[in-house]
Amino acid sequence: METIEIHQATKSYGETKAVNRASFVIPENKLFGLIGPDGAGKTTLFRMITTLLLPDEGHVKVFGYDTRKDYRQIRLFTGYMPGRFSLYPDLTVQENLNFYATIFGTTIKQHYHLIEPIYSLLEPYKNRLARNLSGGMKQKLALSCAMIHNPRLLVLDEPTTGVDAVSRKEFWDTLQQLGNSGMTILVSTPYMDEAVRCESVALMQDGVIMLSGKPGEILKNYRGTLLEITSANRFELLQLLRSMQEVKSAYLFGQYIHATMVSEKSNAGWLQEHLSQHGIKDAKISAIQAHFEDCFINAVENIQMEKKYE
Amino acid sequence: MNNRKPIIKVENLVKKFGDFVANDHLSFEVYEGEIFGFLGANGAGKTTAIRILCGLSFPTSGKLEIAGFDVYTQREQIKRNIGYMSQKFSLYEDLNIRENIQFYAGIYGLPVADIRNKTEELIGELGLSSIANSVVRDIPPGWRQKVAFSVAIFHNPKIVFLDEPTGGVDPVTRRQFWEQIYQAAARGITVFVTTHYMDEAEYCERVSIMADGRIEALDTPENLKRKYNAGSMEDVFLKIARG
Repeated sequence: METIEIHQATKSYGETKAVNRASFVIPENKLFGLIGPDGAGKTTLFRMITTLLLPDEGHVKVFGYDTRKDYRQIRLFTGYMPGRFSLYPDLTVQENLNFYATIFGTTIKQHYHLIEPIYSLLEPYKNRLARNLSGGMKQKLALSCAMIHNPRLLVLDEPTTGVDAVSRKEFWDTLQQLGNSGMTILVSTPYMDEAVRCESVALMQDGVIMLSGKPGEILKNYRGTLLEITSANRFELLQLLRSMQEVKSAYLFGQYIHATMVSEKSNAGWLQEHLSQHGIKDAKISAIQAHFEDCFINAVENIQMEKKYE
Repeated sequence: MNNRKPIIKVENLVKKFGDFVANDHLSFEVYEGEIFGFLGANGAGKTTAIRILCGLSFPTSGKLEIAGFDVYTQREQIKRNIGYMSQKFSLYEDLNIRENIQFYAGIYGLPVADIRNKTEELIGELGLSSIANSVVRDIPPGWRQKVAFSVAIFHNPKIVFLDEPTGGVDPVTRRQFWEQIYQAAARGITVFVTTHYMDEAEYCERVSIMADGRIEALDTPENLKRKYNAGSMEDVFLKIARG
């Protein structure tokens, strides 16, 4: 199977290394998620994969084609939806779609079946100017335009940022359906909980790829005993946990606190007793499997530790 | 909770744009020092309501009192007594951190000598002495959020409105941000916050959920989960916002 191969790719803007020696592989026909906060370098990396930027060092190969030499070929089979709405505001819905189809030497009719599930919702508004669409409709149009030429590779930069929880869920359902059609889909997102919707992911912060692989494996490989705790006074509990030597880290997770313990000996029973001695009698504690944010925080902490020892 | 003093009083707020009803008879109160979550799907009418509460837009009808001031006749007093921060715009990118703080403090009419002292105090508290002269464009997004929040409450407002303050922020900074919010609330500042992160809904004392211009639910996260027979606020939200 062919892959997208990113090898030691680096891109700097002045002093800032937007992407710093990134190396990982994305398998074909997969739904891939690039997960990281604002400023992590996600957009720069996607622009390198789509041949819009060249790495200062290292190389990027898309299904065997080098982004430096073979950018013309890569562009023919790539669909790209940038984070900012970048269709023509003064063209209508249909004119925009027709324009993109024509650029890629195809017609709306030829690949209509591909975009039908998304575009059919827009068709009643096909004569409306793109500038007058709501946020959700703009996104549907942008996605339709990005895949009207049946791309082998579809790259979506933060399609769910600022989108409410319901619409985000629906968007991921759509992506998973598209994934079954054989396209390789790359999606970036700052929402860590979306990682589990992908078949393969990479976690990025400060230009560095911290972890990559299957989400299930990343969750399973979380090192350390992780406890989930509730109590009436979460903030008091949080302070107490942070003051304990046996607790490596403690963070709020909604109604719970997640505490990573230093050793296996400090398990739920041990903590229950210890908290009780400090006057917290109502704590409910259970050992849990890591969530994605746990893994992300852990990876960030590990990198900071490494830096300290360098 | 019942003997707490309301600081935001909204009775039958209606806002129409032509035939479109963006806010359809909203009624609620927010208490002094409360952390109040204002949730809803995109397009549910949250931003419209927030703009009215901040004195930036007139309601079509309804009775509203913000920090003791009337939204029809005392909008300037409202603006002086609130703070506002949004993810999209909060700080001037081409000013440095110190200049941003001084600019906002000046706008809110703080005395010059106070501004100077309090600015240095704040920079020290945030641990930003080494980068206080860096333009905002060059500092990491996570730090920007912390500075933006501190600036929004620098003039010690009665209420601070936070419109998606943590969008795109890394998971550690997001949590540190909520600890900042708790500290502000402990000082008596009322926090009115919107978010798309449903775990953050759990950090609020009470949460309202809007759908199609109306408030469909308003209660503590605990009670909402019980009422909708849901394991998390995310489940509650999905049930309500989907209708």
